[in-house]
Amino acid sequence: MLDFLLRVFGKDNSSSKNVAKERLRLVLVHDRADMSPQLIEDLKEDLIKVISNYMEIDENALEVNLDSSNNTVALVANIPVLRMKRTSKRKEKIG
Amino acid sequence: MGEVIVITSGKGGVGKTTTTANIGTGLAALGYKVVLVDTDIGLRNLDVVLGLENRIVYDIVDVTHGNCRLKQALIKDKRFEGLHLLPAAQTKDKTAVTPDQIRELCAQLKKEFDYVVIDCPAGIEQGFKNAIAGAEKAIVVTTPEVSAVRDADRIIGLLEAAELHSPKLIVNRLRPLMVKRGDMMSIDDIIDILAIDLLGVVPEDEMIVITTNKGEPAVLDNNSRAGQAYRNMARRITGEDVPLMDLEAETGFMNKLKKLIGFK
Repeated sequence: MLDFLLRVFGKDNSSSKNVAKERLRLVLVHDRADMSPQLIEDLKEDLIKVISNYMEIDENALEVNLDSSNNTVALVANIPVLRMKRTSKRKEKIG
Repeated sequence: MGEVIVITSGKGGVGKTTTTANIGTGLAALGYKVVLVDTDIGLRNLDVVLGLENRIVYDIVDVTHGNCRLKQALIKDKRFEGLHLLPAAQTKDKTAVTPDQIRELCAQLKKEFDYVVIDCPAGIEQGFKNAIAGAEKAIVVTTPEVSAVRDADRIIGLLEAAELHSPKLIVNRLRPLMVKRGDMMSIDDIIDILAIDLLGVVPEDEMIVITTNKGEPAVLDNNSRAGQAYRNMARRITGEDVPLMDLEAETGFMNKLKKLIGFK
């Protein structure tokens, strides 16, 4: 009943138009950046590989997104660091 | 020297042809000399929307191939002195003309007419490239749906790439009651996403079906709200400053009740 009232009086935030807008926003970021979700997944994997050479990161909590505002697209990555390494893996291999 | 305006959308079925017919007729009703060019070769429809389908002798392909003179292919509307149609060919396909030919055609037409309004086919292939070739301005038509807005966004990008800068937006078939309920994207939502200027908003209107059945553009019907929206847009195109019409005037009983008990 409350739900109905909220809808009737236009105070509902989970309305279908907000769903539409959010879906559009996401799909357009990819359209405009010309990058498919699969490509983003690949980028994520590569990022993990490289960064893991220098620090231990929480791979499951890693977030990589293309963010668009004012006609520009930014690559925003949120990478939780668990532990820093003293030497890079690369050097270890060389040594 | 006239102005060449292309009406495009990417997605089909959002109302490009209806918009072209109504804006063109609206401009002619204001006293301008107007030619409407149907570039949807193979799927022509602007003729039936205008009610001129029985008068076609030559078409756009005949003109570009030199089978007739340009003047011979132009159909003169009987209701308005200044309104003309250059129909598309029905039995050929989009490759029957090239962007260069259309560019040349537009250059000729704009010597004669105040406004050359081009009805673009759906899609982003050859037909689209033909339609925008001679245009100086672009109008993008969309409806408040995810698919139509997405395609509009793509079209705006392609127009930009073709150096057709700052296109104007028409939001067609808006249902103010659904917007109010939060079940349809609002004008602000759509502009927020597409980031281009608004030319006008056409409310969903059953009169469009009825007037199209008869081959009379809704813009001629004083009782049609969509017709009113098109009349306003025609005036805006000529440079007049016309405020957006009150779309909520018709949102009915619940709206009035809400106002009454102070929810608005």
